[in-house]
Amino acid sequence: MTRVVGLTGVTKEYAGGVTALRDVDLDIEQGELVGIVGPSGSGKSTLLHIVGTLDRPTSGSVEIAGFDVAALSDRELSALRARHVGFVFQAFHLVPGISAQDNVAEGLLYSGLPRAERRRRAAEALERVGLADRARHRPHELSGGQKQRVAIARAVVGDPELLLADEPTGALDSASGESVMELLHDLGAAGATIAVITHDTEVADRLPRRVRLRDGAVVEDVREDVRERVPGDARAGA
Amino acid sequence: MARHRFARRASARRKLSPARLSPRDVLHVGSGGLRSRPLRVVLSALGIAIGIATMISVVGVSASSQEQLMRRLDRLGTDMLVASPGESMFAGEDVKLPKNAAGKVGRIDGVEEAGATGTVDTTVRRNDKLPEEESGGITVQAASQELLKVVRGKTASGRWLNGANGRYPAVVLGDVAAQRLGVGQAGAQVWLGDRYFTVVGILAPLPLAPELERSALVGWDAAERLLDFDGHPTSVYERSTDDSVSDVRGLLAPTIDPENPQDVKVTDPSAKLQAKAASEGAFNSLLLGLGGIALLVGGVGVANTMIISVLERRYEIGLRRSLGAACGQIRIQFVTESLLLSGLGGAVGVVLGAAATGVFAHVDGLPWVVPLWSVAGGFGATLVIGTLAGLYPAVRAARLSPTLALHAA
Ligand SMILES: Nc1ncnc2c1ncn2[C@@H]1O[C@H](COP(=O)(O)OP(=O)(O)OP(=O)(O)O)[C@@H](O)[C@H]1O
Ligand SMILES: [Mg+2]
Repeated sequence: MTRVVGLTGVTKEYAGGVTALRDVDLDIEQGELVGIVGPSGSGKSTLLHIVGTLDRPTSGSVEIAGFDVAALSDRELSALRARHVGFVFQAFHLVPGISAQDNVAEGLLYSGLPRAERRRRAAEALERVGLADRARHRPHELSGGQKQRVAIARAVVGDPELLLADEPTGALDSASGESVMELLHDLGAAGATIAVITHDTEVADRLPRRVRLRDGAVVEDVREDVRERVPGDARAGA
Repeated sequence: MARHRFARRASARRKLSPARLSPRDVLHVGSGGLRSRPLRVVLSALGIAIGIATMISVVGVSASSQEQLMRRLDRLGTDMLVASPGESMFAGEDVKLPKNAAGKVGRIDGVEEAGATGTVDTTVRRNDKLPEEESGGITVQAASQELLKVVRGKTASGRWLNGANGRYPAVVLGDVAAQRLGVGQAGAQVWLGDRYFTVVGILAPLPLAPELERSALVGWDAAERLLDFDGHPTSVYERSTDDSVSDVRGLLAPTIDPENPQDVKVTDPSAKLQAKAASEGAFNSLLLGLGGIALLVGGVGVANTMIISVLERRYEIGLRRSLGAACGQIRIQFVTESLLLSGLGGAVGVVLGAAATGVFAHVDGLPWVVPLWSVAGGFGATLVIGTLAGLYPAVRAARLSPTLALHAA
């Protein structure tokens, strides 16, 4: 297995003396689907931002997709995010007024692909998330769950090595949340490396690996075979 | 979905360098914020539009009036010179041009026509009942027959002096003189010297020889016979071929008075008109300044809009950073937005300014001229303003930490 994320001794202190992360070691292998759980303020988002290279740690080393983040400039980090990392946010952050397909295509804007190719791949990604028939719809014409699936399509349209989701179901009702989690499971089953923050213990329990944070430190890191725990889940191995 | 989609370790080993946005993509991201807020775009571009429109129309109106003068000058020609007695009169010496001055000038190489006027010491009035002081500033002059052709004059009514009427009490009035005497048409009688003269003609305006417009012109012979005119011309008008003007200018004085050429003064009436054209070209700097202030206020408006735009779109900035936009690409996005905003104002301003100039020119019967340099300058100014107004907000946007930008409020 190849390592997609490698955190060693990562500490993040914010101005004002808040230590959001304390000496965190975390490895994520390719193809893993990891749930990050923990109480509010425990440092989950901070961890995700550092893994996604949106932020740098105060100390410790971060290696993403084989790159030592500390050695990279802002331009290089941007290129790393453009090619290797996809983000999904609780608040979707879709661009209002443009179609679902154009929103997904924005995910490739900084990849250097020509416009026509970006749109073609966006249509493909929408198909992957089951929204091919909503390609022309604009965000305000979509349900919350559909919006989040569009956002996921945007995150995966560039085939990133790493997909990071910060409470993707946080703003959704349980049924929509269910469909979004199903989608993440599908992507994981297809080989994507995914880290997802969730508050929902039920959701977390179904993930093959759980990392629990408390006060910025990893207090639990368990792997279990989800296929045995969730009988009747036929998606495994699809 | 195929597993190989995510198996791209090999590519990760390559050097990381951000992709460039194509110009079209830059335009696309730069205009995104504008498309979603059309009213704000219109309002903040308005200031710039007003400023540019003011400046373009100020320049355009003065260029139009200048163009009209230049065209008139072209029609009148710049090849006429006038010789008259010099200033040494003040030294007590009575300087006079020789009687045959016009004839001599006519023989200079390059001179096509020469004519003369001589001031007659008398007055003209509407009738003999008016006091002599009521001359209305009209001078009585003897005129040679060639004069009209030299000054390219025309009669508005009646006809010019000729061999026949030039010997009798006949007078041709300049247009100002006719107006002051209340003579509307040829055929009237005016009291000139000590008898009635018949007005045989009235001249059309003479922009190159305004002194003739205020004159009552009498035939040379009649002036000598009936009005005690001494026969010495006080002005010799000549017109020469274009390329001999400067040669002729040098020869005029020595030809007229070989002994005392310094006593002959040579003037170029078109020079005055040229100077006037130049001063018309100097635009109203107060209005221009007002336009500049409007432009400046417009620029501040754009800067303000841009700062608000950056604040409002923190999430979008964070999102774009997470999608892989480098600082520079965020900067370019907002500078482009600012440039589009002010460029739009500039374009509208140019159109408005040109239209305003057109309306003004139409009403005043002037040719419609909008100098290209003013359009280019005005538009260039908006681009400079757009860059300056957008730079600070764009730098702020680019400096925004991606995590802070994404933090849901
Ligand atoms: N920009 C910041 N400046 C200062 N402190 C911060 C900043 N961002 C986060 N923190 C602090 O760091 C700690 C961890 O925050 P973080 O957002 O990672 O928590 P979280 O686990 O994501 O919480 P939640 O579940 O509520 O989203 C918190 O105590 C928070 O107050
Ligand atoms: Mg959080």
